[in-house]
Amino acid sequence: MTPDAIEKLFRDESGRALATLIRLVGDFDLAEDALQDAFAAALVTWRGSEIPANPRAWLVHVARNKVIDRIRRQRSFRAKEQEIVDAIERDAASDETTAPADLVDDMLRLIFTCCHPAFAPEVQVALTLRTVCGLTTAEVARAFLTSEDAMAQRLVRAKQKIRLAGIPYEVPGRDALDERMRGVLTVIYLVFTEGYLATSGSALIRHDLAREAIRLGRLVRDLMPEAADISGLLALMLLHDARRAGRMDASGDIVLLEDQDRSTWNRAQIDEGLALVECALAVKGRPQPYTVQAAIAALHAQASSYEHTDWRQIVGLYEVLLRIAPSPVIELNHAAAVSMVDGPARALALVDSLAARGGLKQYDLLPAVRADLLRRLGQHDEARAAYHEASDATQLVPLKRLYARRLAELDAET
Amino acid sequence: MQYLLMIYLNEVEYAKMEKEAEGKMLAEYQAFTQSIISSGNYKGGDRLQPTSTSTTVRVRDGKILTTDGPFAETREQLGGYYMIEAKNIDEAIGIAARIPGARLGSIEVRPVWQYNH
Repeated sequence: MTPDAIEKLFRDESGRALATLIRLVGDFDLAEDALQDAFAAALVTWRGSEIPANPRAWLVHVARNKVIDRIRRQRSFRAKEQEIVDAIERDAASDETTAPADLVDDMLRLIFTCCHPAFAPEVQVALTLRTVCGLTTAEVARAFLTSEDAMAQRLVRAKQKIRLAGIPYEVPGRDALDERMRGVLTVIYLVFTEGYLATSGSALIRHDLAREAIRLGRLVRDLMPEAADISGLLALMLLHDARRAGRMDASGDIVLLEDQDRSTWNRAQIDEGLALVECALAVKGRPQPYTVQAAIAALHAQASSYEHTDWRQIVGLYEVLLRIAPSPVIELNHAAAVSMVDGPARALALVDSLAARGGLKQYDLLPAVRADLLRRLGQHDEARAAYHEASDATQLVPLKRLYARRLAELDAET
Repeated sequence: MQYLLMIYLNEVEYAKMEKEAEGKMLAEYQAFTQSIISSGNYKGGDRLQPTSTSTTVRVRDGKILTTDGPFAETREQLGGYYMIEAKNIDEAIGIAARIPGARLGSIEVRPVWQYNH
């Protein structure tokens, strides 16, 4: 087996293997270190030979023995040594009979621990990428545009907090489950949005993060299919990501939805997303925010062109969102959709009212939408000023280039 | 595990509270304290006098230096605390959220250092 194939296998299996080890050992760091030892052993053993039939079981088995080696060497664990060794051996004995339900619970425990509300959102994201997704510290650091040292520090502190502040390694009880699941979905969505539209830097789409988010979404849906809104979130991510190939031209410039070549969209992924939206909309009770957003994305995905999009229904869905999950970003998107039904003048009034209330300060999207509406209304001077404002407010190079292009078009027209 | 729940509030705002509202608040505190005594979580707790009564002490070169007032001026001040025993942070957060002061100010939940680690 090639080292690359082994790497991939590690990445696929590390989350689940780690989840089981943490339950056995009761300590994040020890479990992680032992799993690293097991990976090192696998690199030697597997290279040039067949991999075991069940690589995860192999890794957990080897890591278990590494844990025992390690706790015998570390004084700080001496007090608990027998307890841990007993737990590990009990688990080894029951290896053949381990029910899939236990593996599901282990993985959920790990996810809920990483997404615990006692951590800042960015710490939840970093911990999830590192432990659940199995990214290396260097990869997580790249996702946050920070140094590997700084990220390693942050992860060490987070894991210390798990131990010292008593963050439980368990699936929350029924009374807290919905709220905590919302937190998990937020983390997945944060990973996705950073991947879908990076907040800074030159690469418009960080594929790997979007891919990780979709992988996480699938995982959580497999583990807890009944969780409210998980189908909606997965559908939303699949539908947005399906348009990836059309969102950027060969030179790395942004292509807006209205100009995208719809034949580049990933049809298989759209079909999967559409089926999930259906499934999410069929759930009884009040509509959930990600599901409504997915329904909007579904209408775009099904439209043959920008003009032939069902804008009236999209406006209606944004109005639902404004009721169940109001935010300035939703208001802005609602206004943009209104411009396609009632024209740019009415939309501009909505945007200006949003701006007057002080929503979306230090955010480039509001001036960008305003600029577009002003351009369509033929108010070129004001449109120019708004494009400049939008350009100043973003750190994303492709967006700056888009606004510069619009400014050049305006100059050519006048 | 043991946790210290520190109750922070804006003293100036609190002092402006109507007599009737304050009486209601105190009754709520009594009921809350009683409830965590019954549940076995209570280890201790006190209300503190306002920071206008506080004195900060430092020892430098063997000399005692005292300053009038708290260590740092902040928007919210420490007004009281509970020491509790809880299974984990989820239980501690649940208890902190039931402190009447959580609706006015904020509660900091800090695990107590354990020496057997």
